[in-house]
Parts: sequence; C-alpha cells; structure tokens
Amino acid sequence: MTGIVAYGAYLPYWRLQRTAITGMLGSGGGRGMRSVASYDEDSTSMAVEAGRVALRAAGPAYRAQSLWFATTTPGYLDKSNATTVHAALGLASSVGAFDAIGGIRSGLGAVAAASAHAGVAILSDVRTGRPGSAEESSGGDAAVALCFGDTDPIAVLAGRYQAVAEFTDRWRVPGEDYSRVWEDRFGEYAGLPLVQEAVAAALKESGWEPGDLDRIIITGLHARAVKAVPKACDLDPSKVVNDLTDTIGNTGAAHWALLLADVLDTATPGQRIAVIVLADGAEVSLWETTDALSAYQLRSLTNLRAAIAAGRDDLDYASFLTWRGFLDREPPRRPEPERPASPPSHRTSEWKYGLVGSRDETGFVHLPPARVSMGTGNIDQMEPVRMADIPARIATFTVDRLAYSLSPPVVAAIIDFDGGGRFQCELTDVDPEAVRIGGRVEMTFRRLYTTDGIHNYFWKARPTAAE
Amino acid sequence: MASHGIRDKVAIVGMGCTQFGEHWDRSTDDLLIDASAEALGSAGVSLGDVDAFWLGTMGSGLSGLTLSRPLKIDHKPVTHVENYCATGSEAFRNACYAVASGAYDVVMAIGVEKLKDSGFSGLVVPSPANDGTSSNVTAPASFSFLAPAYAEKYGVDTQEMKDVMTRIAWKNHRNGALNPRAQFRKEVSKETIACSPLVAGPLGIFDCSGVSDGSAAAIIVRAEDAYKYTDRPIFVKALSFVAGPAAGPIDPSYDYTSFTEVVHSARDAYAQAGITNPRAELAMAEVHDCFTPTELVLMEDLGFAERGFGWKEVLAGTFDLDGELPVNPDGGLKSFGHPIGASGLRMLFECWLQLREEAGERQIASVAAGKTKALTHNLGGSPGACVSFVSVVGSELD
Repeated sequence: MTGIVAYGAYLPYWRLQRTAITGMLGSGGGRGMRSVASYDEDSTSMAVEAGRVALRAAGPAYRAQSLWFATTTPGYLDKSNATTVHAALGLASSVGAFDAIGGIRSGLGAVAAASAHAGVAILSDVRTGRPGSAEESSGGDAAVALCFGDTDPIAVLAGRYQAVAEFTDRWRVPGEDYSRVWEDRFGEYAGLPLVQEAVAAALKESGWEPGDLDRIIITGLHARAVKAVPKACDLDPSKVVNDLTDTIGNTGAAHWALLLADVLDTATPGQRIAVIVLADGAEVSLWETTDALSAYQLRSLTNLRAAIAAGRDDLDYASFLTWRGFLDREPPRRPEPERPASPPSHRTSEWKYGLVGSRDETGFVHLPPARVSMGTGNIDQMEPVRMADIPARIATFTVDRLAYSLSPPVVAAIIDFDGGGRFQCELTDVDPEAVRIGGRVEMTFRRLYTTDGIHNYFWKARPTAAE
Repeated sequence: MASHGIRDKVAIVGMGCTQFGEHWDRSTDDLLIDASAEALGSAGVSLGDVDAFWLGTMGSGLSGLTLSRPLKIDHKPVTHVENYCATGSEAFRNACYAVASGAYDVVMAIGVEKLKDSGFSGLVVPSPANDGTSSNVTAPASFSFLAPAYAEKYGVDTQEMKDVMTRIAWKNHRNGALNPRAQFRKEVSKETIACSPLVAGPLGIFDCSGVSDGSAAAIIVRAEDAYKYTDRPIFVKALSFVAGPAAGPIDPSYDYTSFTEVVHSARDAYAQAGITNPRAELAMAEVHDCFTPTELVLMEDLGFAERGFGWKEVLAGTFDLDGELPVNPDGGLKSFGHPIGASGLRMLFECWLQLREEAGERQIASVAAGKTKALTHNLGGSPGACVSFVSVVGSELD
C-alpha cells in the first residue's frame, strides 16, 4: 500500500523576534518569533536540505520515481527549480523532476502527484510581506520533504477531498515580493463553507467519525478563517495541534506538511490524523499511521521540536530586511561576484550541485574532482565520491571582513572530511567568534549569491548541530 | 631536477623605479616611461640600444603593445609575462635567460601595475568564466589562514602572535620612512598597528601591503660586458622559479605554516649560488611581505630562522635594519607598496642600491662589513597554492 515512507523537515537557523519589528517601526510585529531563511537560502536550497534529510531517513534501498517541488517563491521561472534540487540530491536522470509553483495549492498538487507515483514531494517557502505588515510578521520559512512508496509506509491515506472555488482573498503579481490581502472577514465567509464540505466528504470516504481523529492539523494563511474551523466543523478543539505560528510563523505552501512532520515525530502507530488546508477553497486529507512508524522514528533525522529550540533568535530586523531585499545597503568597495557561467557549471554539475569529488586508487580524495592523481600522477583512474553527507573538521579558518557578502563578514575555513578530502569553503549559520580549529562541521546547500539573475548554488559548511 | 642556473653569466647595469603610491595624476604609460627612462639613464644607454623587452603586468594591459606603444619602440621583440604577484620577477628571469642564451646583448625587464584606478579596496584578480564553486575569499583572508595555524602548531598565544605580526609591520614602516620612493613614508606606532581595524582574521589594515601604482625596470647585459656600462654592476647568482601542484587546499597533510613552493625555490637558488648558510652569507633580503604572517613564515621557509622559532627572531629584532640579517630594508610591500607587476623588480632595485652603497640613510652596515650578496623573494597565489621566485644577486664575480 502506498503511503509516506519517510519525511524530512528543514528549519533555517535564524529567528526574528516579532518585537524587533515593533522596535524599529513602532508598529507591526507582535508576540513570538518567525523563522527566517538566511541571506544565502531560498526555496530551492531549503528544499535540498529537507530532501537530503528525508532521503537519508528513507534509506539506500528507497528509489524515488519522481521529484515534485512546490513553492510560492520560486528562484526561477521558465527554468526549472526542481532540476536544481534533483541534481543536489544526486537523483538519477531517469527520475522525473517537476515544479508546482505559484499558489499555496501547488503543494497539495505536488503531494497528490508524488503519492500517486511513488515520488518525493518537497514543499518549500520563503514568506515575505511589506515592512510592518501582518504578512511579514506572521510568515515563516521552512521546507518539508515527503517520500512516498509501497514498502513499509509509516502513514497511509484514508481519505482526501478537495473543495475548490474562485475568490480573490489574497494575491501577488509576478515580480512583486509581497502579497495583498482582502479584509479577512471575507476570507472566512468565502472559505468556511468549503472547509465544511471537504471535512464531511473526506470523513465519509474514510468511514471515520469526527471523534475518531487523534490529531487535527488546520492551516491557511487567513488566521481568522483557520481559527473558525473547529467550531464550524464540529471538531474537538483539544485535538487540534499547535500550529507553530508563535515559534516559526506560517510557512505558506510548506506549512501543513511541516505540522504533519511535527505530528509524525511523536505519533504512535494506528493514530488518525486530519490535515485541513484552507487555500482557494479547502483540501482535507486523512492519514493513519502504521506499525512501521515506531521503527522509523528510531532512524528519523527530523526532530522538529529540537530544531525549533536550536534556532538563533537574535536576528536584527535590519538584517532581515536586507536579506529579503527590502533594504538596499552600501556594499563593501569590492566588485560583485561574477555570474557563474552555464557551460562550466554544466560540465561540473555533479560537483557543483552534488558535491561529488574523485578518489584515486590510493584513496586520496580530490575536491574538486581531478583527472590527475595528486599522489601517483595517474590520469583518469578515479572513482566518484559524494561528500555531501560526510562530516568534517576545521583545519584553519578566517573571518574575511573585506569580501563581498549580503551578510558580512564572510567566514571561510579549510575543512578536512572524515575519511579523507580537504576543501576550502565558506561557513554559514555560524557565530564568527565561536569558530575554532578542530570544530566539527557538516555540509549544507546554499545560494551563494545572485549575479545577472543567475543564482550561484553551491555548498557551504555549518557547525554540526549535534555538537 | 636539473637546474644549472646562470651564475655570473648576466649582470644588471642600470635600474629605475618610480615612487610607488596613489598616482591619480599618472597613467600606466607615464609609469612605464618614467621607470624605463631612469633605467636607461642609469645604464647610460638609449632605447635604441635595447634589443628586446620583457614586460610584467597582471592587469594593467595585454601584449607587448602595452610597452611598445607608449615608448615608441621601433619593431623590437616585447614579451608580456604574467605570474600573479611574482610577475615582475618573472619578467626579469626570462630577460636574463635571453641574454645568457646569447640571443641578445642588451635587454630590459620592466614591471608595472596601476591598481588605484579600479576604485575597489584591495586587489581584484579577474578570472576566466567558471562554475562559481571556488571560494571567493580575498587575498588578506587567504593569507590570514597562516596566523591561527602557525600559532596553534608552535604554541604561540593569540596576543604573542599579534605582537609578532605588529612588529613586522612596525619594522617595515620604520624602514619605509627612510625611503623617498615608498608609498608610506611614516613610522607607525605599534599601538596604532595593533589597534587598526580588522580586515581578515587577526589581520588589521596595517598587516596588509599597500595597494599602489608603480613601475620598476632593469637593464641586463652579459656579465663580461657589464663593466662597459658601470663600474658597479650587480651579477645574477641564482634564479629559481617554481609553481606548486596547488596541493594545500586539497591535501589534509598541508598545515598552513609553510609555503612548500618557497622551500623548493630557495633550495634551488641556494644551490645555484653556492650558499650554504643564507642567514650568515647574505647581506640582506627583500621578501614578499604581502601580509605580516607571510613574512613570518618566509623567515623559516627561506632558512633565516629555525622552524617554529621565526616568531622569536622577529621579536628579537634579527631582521631589523640594524639586525643580523636586514629584511625588507626598503620598507617591503608593506610600506613601499605593492603594484603587482612592479614588485619583483622593486625588490631588485633595493639590492642594486644597497650592494652599491647608494641607499642613503637606510644603508645597511653588512655591505661595508664585506657581505656582497642579496636575496629577493617574490610569490604569487595563496598559501598552499602559489608560485615562488627566489633570486640571489651579488656585487662581485665569484
């Protein structure tokens, strides 16, 4: 039976205290925190991070048949973003890659497609709003990957129903970096009847009663409508899960999947979970966990509550605005980085996206991959070796206060991988004062910079979370 | 490796060097005209007497036309060479070989760089179209890798390391203050150096060489002809240039406390020159102090100090102007400035002045005491992946 066989959630390192907004603008903000994609992250890079965690948990035997990437904030149009994620995950060229882009509903479609084709769906969003808006403070950034397959699913679908309607309660013109919204009472009026229709129909399909539900996930970008759902649908409010808006914010297209990951982190076998998504209508999906969940939880690499607690919560609002492009600040008196050229990026795509180096017959690892062995001088006697999931230690480092960066200073290090291989790269999600020789790091996929509209995706290292 | 050298086969018979600095009023052409004219005048020859030219510049022009156009060179061979920050030395080396081969009688090596017109801070190195995966750290950052690695390996604490770096900058500024052609002609207090704004790692602004414009040139002839031009020629004793396999950034056994390329080129140069104890035999050395930790590590790589003891020798004043082995008596890259293509020839210019006892108030005592050989060291690239040049020149034929 097809179902979710593995999942991975990625929360960025940074949190913005909503009071930081109020502190600077004198209004807006509110209580709690929102998650913030760093200056070197976007929906594509975060999708890679979530996908890596999910695929590692799925295990080496798992073979994704397709990759479905969904976001409302794509890095590119025309050009696929799913192929970037595909390359960084090291998937075979025969595995399809598809973008589902634009509306919050895109993520629903991506999951529907992935579940029908034993694929991986990755939902990723970076939420922005005009400075001082509720959209800005209530938003959050995250990515979630759901792997579907037939072997030992941990949760299976018991029912799903869509109630779709056309009404304009929020909208964003392509090219704009914030949404506009109608007054929220309208959204509640237009949306609630559709939720009621979908809840009733999904329950009917599954043969469940409302009282059978152990956990209820309700998400949508209209907080007022979301809040009204339990009463309108006669659902037990005590079964409705914390929607993480206080600690993470609403992560848009990714949010329902993020809450599902949170529920699966702690669920027990045989639990019944309802997912209610309000977006241009409503979708209700009903999931039942299986006996395989217990074993999965032991090897799962996602622990959302720990990730929430581990975030760094002292981001200043000026940096947040700068990172999202709302504040144009004076750069260092240095040239902007050159755009990566397409032909060399294509030639080295396994390295650039997959971090695949080469290992010679003596075991010496060459990063980047080389044709000539450093030790023996032999030519083309190499085998590929993927370094993305291998931990490393800092051999030496520096804090570069002169280099161009959206978030100076640049912290750079020479790192030595466990088992061989040395590489010079930038460190990210790091406190410059805390870097030391011997420190443990792991690799993370990032958007280094954007020049001439070309995003330079590559790998950096970050301090190991478990340290 | 066969490296037979060209000891005592060629000689420098004239040199020129512009003042280094922010020459808002002078172009690359102006700098080339001024340095070449001074060199020609110094050798007592005219432009028409020069058979061939080697021009070193990294980014101030392409092809031999960069020199032939402003100088109006009349249908002569002009070769443009580039080898990162060792470009000037590379122009000199190839010019020497051309004379030694017998192909030409009189040649000019000239280096130039016009850095201040870019409008950027620090050095900007253009790169070919690429995949965007190489680390974009700046030059001071890549050399700052040396400091924590050296300190860790030899148990030097953070403050001591900073003191060592500060003393190197203080010494070179002190020397440069005595040099009318230097970019920075002012002594700087150790407090000012130590408290200067950080650029990369522990490196403050005063730990970095000056970004400047400048040009320097040499006229080279066969050794047997040298005394026709001057009664005090400077003979070339050794020229060594190596490019490493760039192993440092990929080989975990490299520890960022040495430049293996420098060790190799120094060994080769000493063999060519017949030097067995460089610290005792050399009158002085001009070394590539692009950043203060570089000079520290070079003291060990060039054999001036034992491994792990260079920092103590620096603090003891061994390499001061009046020390046992004066290093960078002209102020070095630190205060003379570092117009890339000119620096290697600028180093030779100081050897030319000192060995001929024409260095004025910064004249070192070791020459009068009978030492006749001087060393220049010039490198390009970054720790673990660089090119290194070492020359030995002397005022006497062996």
